[in-house]
Amino acid sequence: MINITINNRKIEATPGATILEAAQAAGEKIPTLCHIKELFPSGACRMCVVEVKGKPNLTPSCAFPVEEGMEIQTRSPRVINARRTITQLLLASHPFDCLTCPKNGYCELQSLSSEYGIDRVPFQGKTRHHYTDFSSPSIIREPDKCILCGRCVRICEEIQGVAAIDFTRRGFDTMVLPPFEMDLSETTCVNCGQCTLACPTGALHEVRAVEKVIQTLQEGKKYLVAQAAPAIRVSLGDFFGLPPGTNVTGKVAAALRRMGFRQVFDTDFAADLTIMEEGTELVSRIRKNEKLPLFTSCCPAWVKYAEIYYPELLPNISTCKSPQEMMGATIKSYLAQKQNIDPKDIFVVSVMPCTAKKYEAERPELSSEAGIADVDAVITTRQLNRMMRIFGIEFGSLEEEDFDRPFGAPTGSGDIFAASGGVMESALRTAYHLLTGKDLEKLDFEDVRGMSGVKEAAVTIGERTIRIAVANRLGNARQIAERVKQGNSPWDFIEIMACPGGCAGGGGQLFGYDPERVQKRITAIYSLDRSRTVRMSYKNPAITAVYKEFFGEPGSHKAHELLHTEYEPRVVQK
Amino acid sequence: METTQQTRPIDEVIAKYPKAREHLISILQEVQAEYGFLSTESINRISSYLNLPSSKIFGVATFYNQFKLNAPGRIQVAICRGTACHVKGSLNLLDSCRQLLGIEVGQTSKDGLFSLETVACLGCCSIAPAMMVNGQFFGRLDKKKLEYLIETWRASGRVEE
Ligand code: SF4
Ligand code: SF4
Ligand code: FES
Repeated sequence: MINITINNRKIEATPGATILEAAQAAGEKIPTLCHIKELFPSGACRMCVVEVKGKPNLTPSCAFPVEEGMEIQTRSPRVINARRTITQLLLASHPFDCLTCPKNGYCELQSLSSEYGIDRVPFQGKTRHHYTDFSSPSIIREPDKCILCGRCVRICEEIQGVAAIDFTRRGFDTMVLPPFEMDLSETTCVNCGQCTLACPTGALHEVRAVEKVIQTLQEGKKYLVAQAAPAIRVSLGDFFGLPPGTNVTGKVAAALRRMGFRQVFDTDFAADLTIMEEGTELVSRIRKNEKLPLFTSCCPAWVKYAEIYYPELLPNISTCKSPQEMMGATIKSYLAQKQNIDPKDIFVVSVMPCTAKKYEAERPELSSEAGIADVDAVITTRQLNRMMRIFGIEFGSLEEEDFDRPFGAPTGSGDIFAASGGVMESALRTAYHLLTGKDLEKLDFEDVRGMSGVKEAAVTIGERTIRIAVANRLGNARQIAERVKQGNSPWDFIEIMACPGGCAGGGGQLFGYDPERVQKRITAIYSLDRSRTVRMSYKNPAITAVYKEFFGEPGSHKAHELLHTEYEPRVVQK
Repeated sequence: METTQQTRPIDEVIAKYPKAREHLISILQEVQAEYGFLSTESINRISSYLNLPSSKIFGVATFYNQFKLNAPGRIQVAICRGTACHVKGSLNLLDSCRQLLGIEVGQTSKDGLFSLETVACLGCCSIAPAMMVNGQFFGRLDKKKLEYLIETWRASGRVEE
């Protein structure tokens, strides 16, 4: 520990910590803009400046380590003045349509302006006039609102390894754009939405489905059914001031029901269905020793990434549709038949932590031959919050309710789909049963859990050792895919999720790139898993019923028709 | 000023550079020297050669004024923005030119006839405000004279020597 003083208070700081980290640990708030937790400091915005005794200039705290005896002022008049000026300069070239901005209430520039009591902008700045890019089914770009902090550029390149956008031109003309000023839909963008988490303003946000859903609810012509992904139950509480990771499963069901959905389902069921199909696929590939390693296919951003960068690996990707699609397809076939509803009248709304699921729902192969889409609309966690506010549903007053049968009982094996490693863990629990006919004794696979980017393990089932890898963040997926492509991978089964920590860190969650918050959601998910009576997909009674009454057995012809899909190489501007 | 000179294939132009990001600028310069500008195809070739996303290359190419991303027009107009010309109203001249040609600085008209650039100083301050078109100087310009010249060139499709 080293000794420093912050605002005349004596403090012990961790050696190697930045001034920013030391100050935060001591409970002093310093505003930041360009800084991204866990990435190398860029020092571009200077919002985080502090005064360090003996240094003539203000010091950007995000980029400087503490030193023994350092005397730091984080709120001296000079510091506050500098921050006010930076904020005013940013405001001077901002469009000022805050009242109608999708980021209204969640904008960091807005908060800075209010925190520093900015009541006028003494500078006259030039504003940009670039068109808004609506080309992507997931992401909307409004370059006019960009303050050039560079967070999206860095997330897309350094975390996702995609680099669909970058700084272009210089000086006043500087703008963050796709190559050749193309539309985002023509680039390598995989729709993950991490840039929308990172963006402090309304320059990057998501395609809205709220209006369409509300309109369909109110017209009353369709039979509306909702499903909520596992990650929603540990993240919706973020919008209502609950500690990160609070379990609000019952409130999600209650809120959706109050909005007027005729039935509300838990995507946990479809996660279990995915495991039955994918587990069977894995076991069959292992027995035949073909098309290994098998890659998971639950994450549409990963699937698109593979279609763009690794077309040669497409035969290795599981043919299973993702859980939201399996749920949609099952609702519009099995449930429709069982409850005697015309599939054409059913409107399935998915509540997902994810912007890529919006794009996935529009993939043409994910519709039936009659042109009926598995899923009709996807709203994110953020948009569920928005809908609740529009409908005046008070979160605090909601009583906990259950999801509807037959797809309503949560399972541990479904819950953990929210976390990186969860699909793998659930699949192993079931694959063990498929290969040996027995139940696993120790269900927890600690090695594949947690936020680290690449996790590996070897699991012995009967005579066979199955080597597995789990990656989250596409930059890490690339390393794994490269090895598989070169033919020297040791693995049999690989799970890939695009977002940091998996869907818990999905691009449709509360704004802000915040790995610590994601970790808390993940911890909550595993304690939910431990609390469930059903923790293996094949023990879910609804699963047994759906195979008995409808699909026959996993991998059957009917299952293939409804629950599996195919992939195609994709040519875009790389 | 027709270019009849043969150009080398791009792969030949870039092959001598090691496949490393630090050679990007030199590669861009050499490719531009060869073709007169950086086409989308060239940038894509460089992108796969260096294994560098095209967004990065586009970013660099638009950062430096020296790089052109459009094929120059058959008639290349360069308005002088040096001090003497500025004093004599070259900014207005530039505005008129943008209007007459219907393009911004750095662009080429759709029919490929005109492209528009600015230069820091043409070095012919005595005839300010001035411009250079396909290597020839035109001085003491005003809006009327400019209009006349551009209309003539548009009609004939070329600049008389
Ligand atoms: S959605 Fe993902 S891939 Fe697309 S620009 Fe944003 S961060 Fe990059
Ligand atoms: S990791 Fe989950 S939230 Fe992120 S893009 Fe993939 S499916 Fe969506
Ligand atoms: S947050 Fe430190 S310089 Fe931007």
